[in-house]
Amino acid sequence: MATKVHMEALSPTMEEGRLVKWTKHEGDAVKSGDTLAEVETDKAVMELVARADGQLLKVMVPEGTTVPVGNIVAWIGKPGEKVDGAGSQTAGTGSQESGAGAAKPAPAAAPARAPAPAPTAPTPVPVTAQADATRVKASPLARRIAKDVGVDLKLVEGSGPGGRVVKRDVEGGAAQSRVAAAPAPGSRLPTPSGVPYEDVPLTQIRKTIAKRLAASIGPIPHFFLTTEVDMERGAEAREALNKQLGEEGGKISFNDIIIKAVALALVQHRACNAWFQEDHIRYWNEVHIGMAVAIEDGLITPVIRNADMKSLREIAAESRELAGRARNRRLKPEEYTGATFSVSNLGMFDIDQFTAVINPPEAGIVAIGSIVAKPVAEGDRVVVRRRLRLTMSCDHRVIDGATGAVFLKTLKQMLENPLAMLL
Amino acid sequence: MASFDVIILGGGPAGYICAIRSAQLGLGAAVVEQDKLGGVCVNIGCIPTKALLHSAYIASLLKESKEFGVEASGVKTDYGVAMKRSRRVSDQNSKGVEFLMKKHKITVIKGTGVVQPGKKVKVGSDVHEAKKAFVIATGSRVKGIPQIGLEINKTTVISSDEALLLERVPDSLAIIGAGAVGMEFADIFQAFGVKVTLIEALPRILPIEDAESSDTLTKSYKKRGIDVIAGATVTKATVGKDKVTLDVAAGGEKKQVTAAAALMAAGRAVNTENIGLKECGIQLTDRGFIKVDKNLQTTTPGYYAIGDVAGPPMLAHKGFREGSVVAEIIAGQKPHPIKYDNVPSVTYCHPEVASIGLTEDQCKEQKLDYVAGKFPFSANGRARGTGETEGFVKILRDKKYGEILGAHIVGAHASEMIHELAVARENEYTVEEIDLAIHAHPTMSEAIGEAALDSLGRVLHI
Repeated sequence: MATKVHMEALSPTMEEGRLVKWTKHEGDAVKSGDTLAEVETDKAVMELVARADGQLLKVMVPEGTTVPVGNIVAWIGKPGEKVDGAGSQTAGTGSQESGAGAAKPAPAAAPARAPAPAPTAPTPVPVTAQADATRVKASPLARRIAKDVGVDLKLVEGSGPGGRVVKRDVEGGAAQSRVAAAPAPGSRLPTPSGVPYEDVPLTQIRKTIAKRLAASIGPIPHFFLTTEVDMERGAEAREALNKQLGEEGGKISFNDIIIKAVALALVQHRACNAWFQEDHIRYWNEVHIGMAVAIEDGLITPVIRNADMKSLREIAAESRELAGRARNRRLKPEEYTGATFSVSNLGMFDIDQFTAVINPPEAGIVAIGSIVAKPVAEGDRVVVRRRLRLTMSCDHRVIDGATGAVFLKTLKQMLENPLAMLL
Repeated sequence: MASFDVIILGGGPAGYICAIRSAQLGLGAAVVEQDKLGGVCVNIGCIPTKALLHSAYIASLLKESKEFGVEASGVKTDYGVAMKRSRRVSDQNSKGVEFLMKKHKITVIKGTGVVQPGKKVKVGSDVHEAKKAFVIATGSRVKGIPQIGLEINKTTVISSDEALLLERVPDSLAIIGAGAVGMEFADIFQAFGVKVTLIEALPRILPIEDAESSDTLTKSYKKRGIDVIAGATVTKATVGKDKVTLDVAAGGEKKQVTAAAALMAAGRAVNTENIGLKECGIQLTDRGFIKVDKNLQTTTPGYYAIGDVAGPPMLAHKGFREGSVVAEIIAGQKPHPIKYDNVPSVTYCHPEVASIGLTEDQCKEQKLDYVAGKFPFSANGRARGTGETEGFVKILRDKKYGEILGAHIVGAHASEMIHELAVARENEYTVEEIDLAIHAHPTMSEAIGEAALDSLGRVLHI
C-alpha cells in the first residue's frame, strides 16, 4: 500500500505551507530522506523530504498552492500501485482522516519509515484546519460589498441575527474596514497601463508579520517615522508661484505642495501606495491622495485623484473646492473614498508634529506640522530656517521600517528641492 | 378590576398574535374584542374573499374545461351558496383563534374598550389594568367617498362588508377602486356572471404594483369582459333606488356608467375615534395613524400600537409581525427590527399578483443602477401544462452587487411563489444565489430562477 506524503509542520508555528516547487515529479524514484519539494513556511523556504522509498506515484497539489499542515500532498509507493483516494482531497481541506493515517505506523506494504534527516523537519504533526475559528457569518450581499470596498469581514461587527454581517454593516464601508498590507515587490509605479492596481498574495512571512504585529497593537500595527524638512526653498518657490499667478487668484498653499510631493514620492515607492486586503496586498498603480478635512462634527477625507499627474494649480483648485464642499457636507461618496494614501495637516493650529491615524485599508498617512522658523546648524554656523516636521504613520503589515524610511527620504528631498518635482 | 401584564385592545391579526406571543413569553395577556376574534381579516377580509375567489376560479375553470377533455354542461353559479361556504370558512377560522386564546390561557374580554390613563381600559362598567404595557390594535374599516355622493347605504352603494354577505349577485356592478380589494371583487363577481365596470382614479389599476403587472392585469381583465377604466374621476354620482349612475371623466372623455350597485373599494379609515386616545395623550400622525416610534411605542410611554392603526402597509401579515415584535419588546427582549421594505404584497385575483421590494418605476425614481430580468410563464413547461401561461416573473437587481431590489410575479400561484424572494431578500441573497438554488422541474417556480438568470444575461429557456 502506498504511503501518504503530508504537509509537515516545518516550523513550530507553521499552520500551512505554500508548495513552492516540486523537486521530484510523478514517476521519479525516491528514497527516504530525498527532498521532494520546497515549501514556504511562515519563516522561510524549507525542504519537504520523503519518508518512504519507492516511486513518487502521484502529486496531489500543484505548485503555488497553500496547504494546511497535515493534508496529503503526494503518494509514494511501488510503481503501478493504486493510490486510494487520489484526487478526492482538494488542497486546503483539513482532514481528520489524513491526520489519523499519519499517526499510524507505516502499513506493512510500505517500506519502514526512516528517521527524519532534516533537523528542521520534526515528525509530522497533523493539525486540523482551523476553518471554524475564522468563519465569518455574513450575507452573500454583504460579502460582495465587503470584497468590493475592501472591508475585512472578520473585523466587522454584524448586526444581523446571531451577529451575522449584513449589508448595512459594510455599506459606505471602507470607513469600518480594519485592513492593512505587506511590503511590496515593485518599486516604481509602472507606466500607465489602464490597470489601476495589482493584487499580490500575501507571502507566508507577510502573513505571520500581519498576524503577530496585529496581535501586539490592535488591528492595524502602526509605527511612526518623523523627519524634519527644510522648507526655505519650498517657501520661496511658493511665493514666486503665487506672485506669478497674481490676480488670477487661486493661490497655492503649502498643503498643495506637500500633496503633490507625496504623490510624486509614492510614484517612486509603490510599496507605500497600497491597501491591506486580508489575504493579499493591493498595490495601486494610480495615486489618489486623501486629504483630511475637519468638519463640524468630525472629519472627512476627500480624495485628489491621480494627484501625481496634476499640476500644483489643479491640486490647489481641487483641494479648495473639495474642502469647501466637505465642510458643507456636499461631497459625493465617490469623492471621499478610494484614496491610496492620505495626508493630514494641523500646521495651521501651530502643531509642531503629531501622529495621524491610518485610514484603512490604506497603509500610510503623513501628518504635517506647522512651518516654524528656527535656528539650525548649517556647517558650523547657526542660521534661521523655516522648518517642517513630517510624521508618517505606517501599517507594518504593508510597510516595513526601511520601506517607510526610504519613501520619507524621497519626500523630504522633493520638498527641499521643489525643482525635483519637475523631473 | 382585573389586572394583566399586557392588555391588547382588538383581537384582529396584530392583536391576537401579540397575545399569543406574550403568553409564550410568560406574560399574562388579555384581549378586548367587541366583535368576533380574528378581526376584519378572518371575518370580513382576507379569509372569506379567498373562499369566494376559489369559487370564482372553479367557475372559470369549468367554462374552459372542454379544452382539457372534461366537458361540464349545465354549469350554474350561485353566489348565495358560495357566500355561505365562505362564512363557514370564516367561522372556522374565528373559532380557531378562540381555541388559540384558550390554549395560551389568554383572557378574552368581550365588549368595546376605551383606553384610560394608567394603562387601563374600560369595558362596559369594568376597568382592567395592564401592569406592563397596553397595546392598541383596533384596526381599520372601509369608508366610502361621501364627497361625491357615494355614501355607503348598504343597498345600492355597498362596501366589501356587504358584498361578502350578498345572497345573490346584482346584474351589474361598478367597482370604485382597483387596489387589491377592487381587483378581487371584480374577479369574483365577473365569474358569477355580473357585468363589472372597474374604475380607478390613478392612471393604472393596481397602482402600487409594478407597471407591467398592472398592464398584464388590464389586458387579462379586458379579455374576460371586465370594463376597466383607469385614470378616471367620478364627477357625479346619482344614487337611485335600484341603480347607481356615475359620471366618469377619463383621458379627456366623459362617460356615464350605470350599474345595479356600486362597490366602494377605495380607502380605509383607521379606528382611532372614541377609544380614549386623546385622554391618554396618544397622538396621531398627519394621516390619522397612531404616532409610534421604532419600537411601536406611542407618544405615551407604556402604550403601544400595532397593525393598521400604527400605519401602512395595512396588511394582516405586517400586523402579525408587529404583534409578535411588540410582545418581545414588552417581555424585555431585543427583537430584530421589522423590515418594512420587505413586506410582500399579494392580490389574489386571477392571475395573481405578488410583489416585494421596489417597482421598476421606483428604481428609476431613486436613480438606482439596476437590471431587470424577466421570464414569461408562456415559456414555462408547467404553466403550459395547466394552461396558466398568463403572467411573468420579473426581478430587479442592483447592477453592481446583484442585490434583489424588487421582484414581481403575475401568474397562477404568484402568492405562494413570492416567498422565495422574501426569504432571499431577508437573508440578502443575490440573484446568483437564486440561480444556484436548484429549482424542481417542471414547476412555476423555475421562472424565478430564469428571471434571475435573465437579469444576469444568461436566461436559458427563451
